[in-house]
Amino acid sequence: MAAAWNSLVNVLGPDLTRIVIGLVGVLGLVQINALFLVWLERKVAAHIQLRIGPKEVGPFGILQTIVDGVKLVSKELITPRHVDRKLYMLAPVAIFLPVLLSFVVIPFSETLQIRDINVGLLIIFAFSTFNVLAILMGGWASNNKYSLLGAVRSVAQNVAYEIPLLLSLLSVLLWCNSLQMSEIVESQSRVWNVFWMPIAALIYLICATAETNRAPFDIPEAESELVAGFHTEYSGMRFALFFLAEYSNMLIVAAVATTLFFGGWKSPPFLGFLPVPGLVWFFLKTYALIFGVIWIRWTFPRLRFDQLMNFCWKIMIPAALLHLVVYAGIIKFIR
Amino acid sequence: MNPVQGFIQPELVAQVGFAAVVTLTFTGALIAVFPRNILYNVLGLIVCLTGVAGLFLYLGSPFIALMQLLIYVGAICISIIFAIMLSRPLHLSLPSRRLPKVGLALGVGLVVFTMLIGIVYRTAWQPAAIRSSDWSVTTLGTYLLTRYDLVFEAISLVLLVAILGAIIISGYARRRPS
Repeated sequence: MAAAWNSLVNVLGPDLTRIVIGLVGVLGLVQINALFLVWLERKVAAHIQLRIGPKEVGPFGILQTIVDGVKLVSKELITPRHVDRKLYMLAPVAIFLPVLLSFVVIPFSETLQIRDINVGLLIIFAFSTFNVLAILMGGWASNNKYSLLGAVRSVAQNVAYEIPLLLSLLSVLLWCNSLQMSEIVESQSRVWNVFWMPIAALIYLICATAETNRAPFDIPEAESELVAGFHTEYSGMRFALFFLAEYSNMLIVAAVATTLFFGGWKSPPFLGFLPVPGLVWFFLKTYALIFGVIWIRWTFPRLRFDQLMNFCWKIMIPAALLHLVVYAGIIKFIR
Repeated sequence: MNPVQGFIQPELVAQVGFAAVVTLTFTGALIAVFPRNILYNVLGLIVCLTGVAGLFLYLGSPFIALMQLLIYVGAICISIIFAIMLSRPLHLSLPSRRLPKVGLALGVGLVVFTMLIGIVYRTAWQPAAIRSSDWSVTTLGTYLLTRYDLVFEAISLVLLVAILGAIIISGYARRRPS
């Protein structure tokens, strides 16, 4: 084992080895996360609706998603006749790649971080834009009115909600005086950012829900009007890739929220005496946030498109701007 | 970190990376110009700009590279695609390319190209590492808000003009009886 490790490091060099192993690890994490989240989503939805949910395969039905995955893999990949073949094939791949890259800078624990770059946060937001692009490609290439409508809605929504999202994060960056993920975590060792700026955290969480196209902001794939939105024409594993990307995006936005607002891998201040590793705290917080997002999806109705846009442009953006100005003032004159 | 012994040298990685980035830029530029499908053009532009971001990364300024992605790919190209989706349907037959228009575009392109080449040759290039050892985000920010303040503001003026133009165009289009 040690010999194999040494030869790998010798061939690739320490930096490249770190990145390769990190990306393989992230691939595994993303798959397991999707398997778990699909099950969690179905279970939570079922209990909210006074049902039981999946229960046959494995204890509490926890293996149900694996069985579903096998089914999806074995399904025929149907390519409709009038699609733009190149873009149609490219879209599911394109939606998945940026998701992987975003994980590179997330600090899972004190030492477990693939790359600690001093512009870490920017990487996540630079690559998250490719997500919209892939949705557009898929929606347009499908050559279907529902797909195109879904894609257009998705872009309008993403472009709008990206503004308050970035503005709310700017306050955090000003507060922590850094773009480096590890430093942002380090600056919260005594008080989490969410207690300093609860409004920014709220704005971030709302916008992140919108960015990941989750209900009540799921109009790009509103099934009652658009069949399935941008992925109507996709089947089998291609559809599964869109699904996988959606759940991985949820993990990313929750992980970013954990890092920026909830102290990252640090334990809650009053529980510091517990011998729990940082990794466990990180995933506990992240999945607690994801649970909240799922809870919201199954309790709130879907918004109408104009309500959605009005809410963003008339409430969220002014609020985020005002928040930024107020906090800039506080940092300048009080701290 | 000690230097690597092995058969993948850092120089080799750097050269392969450079070749990949340049190929990406050129292929993207070609796709951006030649296909007749306007959506392909924009996607080509995105590939090209991603390649340019890679060039910035290669030159050792990850901040500029990420800004390139965030602004050009994330904002500008997405807006272009959005505009395309709201304009005339793509399945209608395309108007043929008129020769004067192509000539004019070629002329403008050539003029800009010669200007850029001229500037590149006239500038006495000094590697950033020689000019200063501190190129952190903080330093860049300080420069943008002190020494290059005017340029920074002028760029935002361009954006303001673009927004005003969009408002005027959409305002007139709505008032015009159909």
